[in-house]
Amino acid sequence: MHSFRFEPADLPPEAEAVRADIRAFLDKNLAGYPAAMRARSWSGFDPDFSAKMGQAGFLGMTFPKQYGGHGKSAFERYVMLEEVLAAGAPVAAHWTTDRQSGPLILAFGTEEMKQRIIPRITKGEILFCIGMSEPDSGSDLASIRTRATRTDGGWLINGTKVWTTGAHLVDYMIGLFRSDPNAERKHDGLSQFLVDLRHTKGISIRPIKNLAGEEHFNECVFQDAFIPDENLIGVEGQGWSQVMAELAFERSGPERYMSSYQLIKELLIEVSKDTTPAGAIAVGRLVAHLATLRNMSISVAAKLQAGDDPALDGAVVKEVGTLFEQSVPLIAHQTLQREPSPDQGDDFGQTLAYVTQAAASFAIRGGTREIVRGIIARGLGLR
Amino acid sequence: MSGDGELRTILGDQVNRLLSDRVGKENLETAEAGAPQAQLWQAMEENGLPRVLVPEDRGGVGGGWAEAEVVIRAAGKYLAPVPLVESILAGWLLSSAGLDMPMGPLSIAPVRADEALTIDKDASGYRVSGEATRVPWGRSVEHLAVFGRCDGEPYVALLAPNAWTVELEDRNIAAEPRDSLRFHGHAVAAAPLPTSMDPDGLLAFGAMARAAQIAGALEMALEQSVQYANDRSQFGTPIGKFQAVQQELARMAGEVAAAGAAVEAACRAADRLGSGAGFELATAKIRASEAASIVAGIAHQTHGAMGFTYEHTLHFATRRLWSWRAEFGSESYWAEALGRSLAAHGGDALWSYLVERA
Repeated sequence: MHSFRFEPADLPPEAEAVRADIRAFLDKNLAGYPAAMRARSWSGFDPDFSAKMGQAGFLGMTFPKQYGGHGKSAFERYVMLEEVLAAGAPVAAHWTTDRQSGPLILAFGTEEMKQRIIPRITKGEILFCIGMSEPDSGSDLASIRTRATRTDGGWLINGTKVWTTGAHLVDYMIGLFRSDPNAERKHDGLSQFLVDLRHTKGISIRPIKNLAGEEHFNECVFQDAFIPDENLIGVEGQGWSQVMAELAFERSGPERYMSSYQLIKELLIEVSKDTTPAGAIAVGRLVAHLATLRNMSISVAAKLQAGDDPALDGAVVKEVGTLFEQSVPLIAHQTLQREPSPDQGDDFGQTLAYVTQAAASFAIRGGTREIVRGIIARGLGLR
Repeated sequence: MSGDGELRTILGDQVNRLLSDRVGKENLETAEAGAPQAQLWQAMEENGLPRVLVPEDRGGVGGGWAEAEVVIRAAGKYLAPVPLVESILAGWLLSSAGLDMPMGPLSIAPVRADEALTIDKDASGYRVSGEATRVPWGRSVEHLAVFGRCDGEPYVALLAPNAWTVELEDRNIAAEPRDSLRFHGHAVAAAPLPTSMDPDGLLAFGAMARAAQIAGALEMALEQSVQYANDRSQFGTPIGKFQAVQQELARMAGEVAAAGAAVEAACRAADRLGSGAGFELATAKIRASEAASIVAGIAHQTHGAMGFTYEHTLHFATRRLWSWRAEFGSESYWAEALGRSLAAHGGDALWSYLVERA
C-alpha cells in the first residue's frame, strides 16, 4: 500500500525571490481590478494580460533557455502560480498552454516543433487548448472515436471534441485522436496532434454557454480537417501514455486548492468587521485546510523537482483540494446571512455568486472525483 | 536538537517495531478493564521513548518535535494503552523549565483552557493548589508535571501523588482514565517557565500531540479497513472490488494524508519557532480532529456489523478517535482561536501571512 506521506518541504530561497517580482508585476497590472473579476481565479480569460506575463518572463519559466524559456526550477514557477491565484489574476488564456501544452511539446515534440512553438509560448504570443473529451467519451477517455486517417503528407481528422475550454479564443489545440481503429486495446492506436485552429479548414467551433452564462468551453467539429505530418506529437500510437503524463501536470498544482481563495478572502474581510464565534470558526477552519493543502502541494512540487513520479500524490491533492474548494461557498453561505448577488452585490455578494456556481465544476475538470478516487484506490491496492 | 533525519528514522523503526510487537487485543482489553500495563511501560522506558524531548545531558534522547512526532504517531497507531504521550509532554515541560524528569509514567495538568492552578512559595517550598478535570491517566501516574502561576509568574512544578487527591475517576470513550484532581501539596521541584515560552500557548502543544496520535490512529483505521475490504467477500467477490467501497476508502486515504501532513508541518514549525508556531499547532488539531470523524465513519461503514462488535479490534482505534478529537480543544475551539487571530489582521493580509509562515 502506498504510504500517502507528504514529506514537509520548503520553497528554496531562489523561489521566494520570485515572489517580490511577481507581486510587483501584479500590483502594476492589476491595480483596480474588481473583486468580482478576481473571483474568476484561473477561469478569467485575458490574452493581453497573458502577453504581458510572457513579456515579463513569467511564462515558460521552467522551459530550457535554448527554446526561449527561463531555465528556472519547478519551485520558482510554483511561487509565480500561487501568487497569480492569490491575486485573482486573469490567467485562463495561457494556463493550459504554460502548464501542459508547452511541457508536452518539450517532452514529446520534434526538434523542429520545439523551435517553432516553444519560444512563442514563452512570449505569450500563442495560446493552446486541449482536445480530449468527446460527446461519448468523458471519464472513459480511451473510448474516443475522432479519427485521424492517413492521407498524402499528413492526416485527415473527422469527429467531434467537446468541453474544449478556450477553443474559440486560442490558436492551437493539442488533440488526441484515434489513428489506428484496428488496434487490439482501446488504449492503443491513439495519437496526439498539434492543430492550428486559426488556419485549418474543416473545423467548426461552437461555444457552449455554461450555467453561469459564460462561454468557456466549446464543441469542435472536425470534417476532413488536414493536419500535416510534422504536427504529429511524439510517437504515433503512444497518445495514451503521453496524455497520462500530461494529466499528471494537472493534478497537484496550487490551482487544485486555490479556486475558491477569493471567497475565503472576502469572507475573512466580512468576519473582520464583525467577528462572531461562527464567523471565526468558519475562517479558522478554512485557513487551516488551505495551509495544509499548500504544504501538501509544495511537497508534491518537491517530488517533481527531484524527478520522482508524484502521480498518486497529485491525485490525493486533487481529491482533498476539490472537496475543500467546494466546501468554501457552502461555508460562506452558512456563516453569513447574505444572498449571493451577481450584478449589484458588494465584493462578498458578487464573489459568493460566482464561486457558488463555478464550484460545481471543480471536481469534474481535470479528471472527475470518481476517476481520481479510482486512482487512489489503486494506490491502496484495491484494484 | 532536531533536524537530524537519521534519528527520526531510527526512532520510527524502533517504536513501530516495539509497539506492533507488544500491543494487541489482549492488553488493550485488560487495560480497558483497569489493569496497569507495567511490562509495556517498562519496554518503552528501556527504549527511552518517554524521554524523546528531554536533552541528552538530562538523560534523554535529545530529539525535537520531528522526532517526538514519530513516537507519538506510533503510540496513536498502535493504540498504546499507557501514558506515553502524556509522559513525553511532561518531560518536555519539565526539561524546558530546567527540571529533571523522573522515571515512571507521568501526566500533565491542567489540560483544559478554562482551568488554572496556583503555586505559592512558602518556607517548605512550592505549594500547589486548585483543581484540574479530565487529567489523562490521573489515577495511575507516579508524577505530574503541572503548570501554574506563582505570584503571577508562570511556573512549572513536578508533583508526587501526595500532592493531589483523585476527586473523580472518569474516562473517555476509549476507557482511558480522565480524572478530576484536587491539588493541596508541595512540589518535588518547581521552576519558572522560561521567558522564551508563551504560557498561554502551552495547550497548543498538547493539542498537537493529540493530533499526532490521531494521525497514527487514522493510519490504523485505514489499514484495517483496506485489509477488511480485501478479505471480506459478498456477491462472490471481495467488497474492496466494488467501486462504492473503493470510492469511500479513497476519500479516507485523502483525510489520512491531510491530517498527517498537517501534523508534520506543525512539528517542523514547533522545532523552528517554538511558541511562535501557534498557527501550525492549531492547524494540526483542526485538520486531524476533522479527519478523525470522517475516517472513523468510513471505517465502520466498511466493516459493517462486524466492526460494531466489541470482539473486532476496529473500535480500539475509532473510540480513541472520537475521544481525542475533543481533547486539548476540539477543531471548533482551535478554529475559533485561529479565526479570531486572522480576523484581527484582516482579509487583505491573509495571503502574505500564510506564505511568510514556516
